[in-house]
Amino acid sequence: MTVAKKDIKKINVEDQKDPMVPLPFVVVDSWEEYPGCNTIVVKPADERGECVFKPGQFHMIHTFGVGEVPISNCSDESDTDSLTFTIMDVGEVSAALCNLKKDDQIGLRGPYGSAWPLEKAKGKDVVIVSGGLGLPPVRPIIYHILKNRDAYGKLTLIHGARTPSHLVYTDELKEWDERDDMECIVTVDDAYGYEWDGNLGLVTEYIKGLSLDPKNTLGITCGPEIMMKFAVAALQEHGLTSDDVYVSMERNMKCAIGHCGRCQYAPYFVCKDGPVFPFSGVERLFAIKEV
Amino acid sequence: MSFSKQSVCIDRTDFSALFDALKERGYKIVGPTLRKNAIVFDEIDSVDDLPEGIGDEQEAGQYRLVKRDDAALFGYNQGPQSCKKFLFPEKSKVWTAEKTHEGYDIVEEDHDADAPCAFLGARPCDIRAVEIQDNVFIHNDYMDVGYTTRRKKSLIIVVNCGQSAHTCFCVSMDGSPKAESGYDIALTEVIKNGAHYFVAEIGSDEGADILKDVPSTPAEESHIEAAQATVDNAKDQERAIDMDGMKEYMTQSLHSPIWDEIEERCMACANCTLVCPTCFCSKVEETTDLTGNIAERWRSWDSCFTRDFSYMHGGSSHISIGSRYRQWITHKLSHWIDQFGEAGCVGCGRCIAWCPVGIDITEEARKVAERKKGEVA
Repeated sequence: MTVAKKDIKKINVEDQKDPMVPLPFVVVDSWEEYPGCNTIVVKPADERGECVFKPGQFHMIHTFGVGEVPISNCSDESDTDSLTFTIMDVGEVSAALCNLKKDDQIGLRGPYGSAWPLEKAKGKDVVIVSGGLGLPPVRPIIYHILKNRDAYGKLTLIHGARTPSHLVYTDELKEWDERDDMECIVTVDDAYGYEWDGNLGLVTEYIKGLSLDPKNTLGITCGPEIMMKFAVAALQEHGLTSDDVYVSMERNMKCAIGHCGRCQYAPYFVCKDGPVFPFSGVERLFAIKEV
Repeated sequence: MSFSKQSVCIDRTDFSALFDALKERGYKIVGPTLRKNAIVFDEIDSVDDLPEGIGDEQEAGQYRLVKRDDAALFGYNQGPQSCKKFLFPEKSKVWTAEKTHEGYDIVEEDHDADAPCAFLGARPCDIRAVEIQDNVFIHNDYMDVGYTTRRKKSLIIVVNCGQSAHTCFCVSMDGSPKAESGYDIALTEVIKNGAHYFVAEIGSDEGADILKDVPSTPAEESHIEAAQATVDNAKDQERAIDMDGMKEYMTQSLHSPIWDEIEERCMACANCTLVCPTCFCSKVEETTDLTGNIAERWRSWDSCFTRDFSYMHGGSSHISIGSRYRQWITHKLSHWIDQFGEAGCVGCGRCIAWCPVGIDITEEARKVAERKKGEVA
């Protein structure tokens, strides 16, 4: 792998774009999903910005004077006019992102990372299991499949949240529930004190209740690691192999381009080898603490 | 390992001409110099700044300077610092942002502003470490523009090793006390029978051009033999890592009581990662001025030994110190091979000497391997 120094002398650095420099985008819309969780829609502020990504990928979002964080793309990839991000306030930068209003400027770098296996899913039934803020990163898959309905088999979404007030995209969840070309199961861990006549319990319970054709089903799961671990196990009980289930990993990330080392996850860098992995690639690591 | 027949001989009395030749070409000379009881790698001006007649003794958790009984200029083993300090500085500005009426503009850094560095006295293991960092910052999906600019402009004058420290184990990591490539000029310092000279090998056109300005004579057979004897003297090393099967032993040992045992000794001080010439992890922080109109992003070294390193909402991934040591050693000796095709350790031994409690990577690697072999048997 080592390259002779003379080759480095030949590199034309002047022509290289600095990958750490974000491009300006403007907030065109923003709303609260629930207190502490907002969605923003952004458009390029000048001709340099592009609204492209593959479902599963993420962008680094910068806010002036605060910092930069990785956030998954959650809009329809065929919309090349804008990008959408749903952000939960869990730190300084995400708090600032939740406070953004129309016409505010942010900086974007990306898209980065691996994508959900939409090609591999063609012709197959797709079961998506998401937990909490694991729904935004899988939403582009739902848009994609619904737009290309004939290319895919049955589509099932099982989404779990802590309480009814921790649900994002509530109108859309209702709309998906009413469609007859997909199944949408929404459940909450705890509804005490809420008017809630929906499902109760963990997503794993509802995975068990599905009737799946293991030879022709692709599983996709995104949420807390512990949830993904048990969601995958429940899908495996249906006979799905580790190659047929995909997970999206999260680690501390500063650069998203494989330079800062923060997201090293055993042999991988989550920023470039992930965030989406076939479960077979990370199964061994899921069994070990603190990797 | 043999010396080029085209080598030249530079007498010690003419050595300062090398400094003049470098300065004339606009290089900032970076080399070994004595500071606060250590030989550091920093900007130097003349041959007088070199640590003449000073050596070092290193052991696990120990670094001591000693007086040599000769006037060697490069008679030490290696100090805590390497080329990393200049190519991937401890702290560097990523960019500046200035508020505008609509939002803010980003002003990119002029990475070409600094004078090129001439590394005088890099060790052969240091060159290999630079090449390992090249794979991270240059030959990767994205290029670090600042690193590449500095690296492209820099000049490497390696000084081959005349002895090994107790902590050295480069030979077992596919290295050698004599540099094979990657340098502009390679020097071997010889002090013998009252003579004091450097056998110089040319590694690049720039190196050849520089040597034209330094008085020298073609190296004779006797000079080359003496230089060969010098580097041969450094080949016997007390420490080694048996890399045969190590990649697998490490990946199969992620779940092992060894890490709990390490936790009892490791203080997570991060010294090993700071002195390591290949460690490249960093953090990025944003600062604003008092007006709030100017923001700057700064990148600085970080270490996988800090708890903050793996912090996400909800907590850190690596809470126990054992898991942090595991992250580090499995990266160096195993996962680095998955990522970049070679190990991330060059065997310089700095992490052994500068560990305040003397944790020894060669010893820990041996324990991991032996435990695994024991399980298989």
